[in-house]
Amino acid sequence: MRKKILILVTFFFVTLSTNAQNFITKNGKISFFSKTDVENIDAVNNQAVSLINSQTGSVAFSVLVNGFLFKKALMQEHFNENYMESTKYPKASFKGSITDMSKVDFKKDGSYNVTVTGDLNMHNVTNKVTVAAVILVKGNTVSANTTFKVKLDDYKIAIPKVVENNISKTIDLKVDCNYEAR
Amino acid sequence: MKSLKVWLFFLLMGMFYEGIAQDTSDLMNLLEKEITSTKDMTFYTTATFKTTRLVNGHSVENVAKGVLDVKISHRFGNLNEGFYELFGLDKATMRIGFDYGITNTLMIGVGRSTYQKTYDAFFKLKILRQSKGKRKMPITLSYLPTIAYRSLKWEDQTIKNYASSRLSYSHQLIIGRKFSEGTSLQLMPTFVHQNLVTSANDPNDLFAIGIGGRQKISKRISINVEYYYQLEEYKLPGTTNSLSVGFDIETGGHVFQVHFTNSPGMNERTFIADTKGLWDKGDILFGFNISRVFTIRNKR
Repeated sequence: MRKKILILVTFFFVTLSTNAQNFITKNGKISFFSKTDVENIDAVNNQAVSLINSQTGSVAFSVLVNGFLFKKALMQEHFNENYMESTKYPKASFKGSITDMSKVDFKKDGSYNVTVTGDLNMHNVTNKVTVAAVILVKGNTVSANTTFKVKLDDYKIAIPKVVENNISKTIDLKVDCNYEAR
Repeated sequence: MKSLKVWLFFLLMGMFYEGIAQDTSDLMNLLEKEITSTKDMTFYTTATFKTTRLVNGHSVENVAKGVLDVKISHRFGNLNEGFYELFGLDKATMRIGFDYGITNTLMIGVGRSTYQKTYDAFFKLKILRQSKGKRKMPITLSYLPTIAYRSLKWEDQTIKNYASSRLSYSHQLIIGRKFSEGTSLQLMPTFVHQNLVTSANDPNDLFAIGIGGRQKISKRISINVEYYYQLEEYKLPGTTNSLSVGFDIETGGHVFQVHFTNSPGMNERTFIADTKGLWDKGDILFGFNISRVFTIRNKR
């Protein structure tokens, strides 16, 4: 009898752990905004790759810096050439985890407010960041949203004097990803 | 009962281990795997030069689609004219030009120079684009045909003068390569045809080979050199080869180009076939180009 229970319980746990899955996107949207009195600058990248492990709550993002699209071609060129130096540092990434995973039930539809903490790497500088995010579970899909601020100084991105009024020292970063179960 | 405890312990360990393993390596591996799929992408080289001109002539760069580039260029007089002419600053020839990007590989431009009251027009087509990744291309190749119309009044009004005599043409190939973030070089084989030349024995056609390059000295400043060598058998009498040295200074939407050159002209025919100054005699002019871009149509 006990053996039967053991087998049953083992079976249960095995199915449970195989049920834990990765949510993935290859066309995550990451955009940023710089607002100053002189001009507003925004750019968007629709090719961010991201993963969420629904069991452990670990989260990863990777994005090609030269995939950010600007309204003005010259801005895009300067962004890559002078500010982000994307030939030298082609990728920006984030590795971290959802700290309050207990709040989230990936099997139940709903909107969950979570905190994500981890390492944000860009322009060859890594900083610890903690952001508030919203995870939306609907059926088999998961979407995640967050907006947070990044100080250019923290990532050694220098703004020359002549354009210091055109570019904000703090940039708003917006993440909007729709994941699929894998 | 003890065996149950041991079993439970291992089960938990296993789950925990599985979690950790997935956490650290699997997720990142999986992510890396997804990213390596970008190896199928082609990455085009950008910013080979700061602007579409090196000094007088064209660089391999185009203005982007939907962008208008207004160029105002000045060449002052010869430095060796001395203090009376304030080293050439009292004299100036200028060109105002408008360049527009129809696509990212095709741009058109028109201009008017005070030098011989010349109107000029051109288009520049990128045939090959330097790239890496899936599609590899070591160079960028552009084709640049130009036409120029001298509207200066005829010296001798008593003879029959033809409007077609005012026209000249040039065809240029620009072969450029960005060798590193700071260093770019280009070759410019050029053919120039003038409908009218000074004397009957002068050739109407000439061939020249241009060589030019830039070296960045900071993120926003570069040194440019441009030299056009006229093949001896076609060279017009009294003309010299054009040599120019300058700086590109980039500030946001502007590019300032300041330079020294022996050519007062700012279109292909004038600086390739009509340069008369010699550097070693001090026939050097100070000049500048100012480029200001306007985004007419948004990129996205």
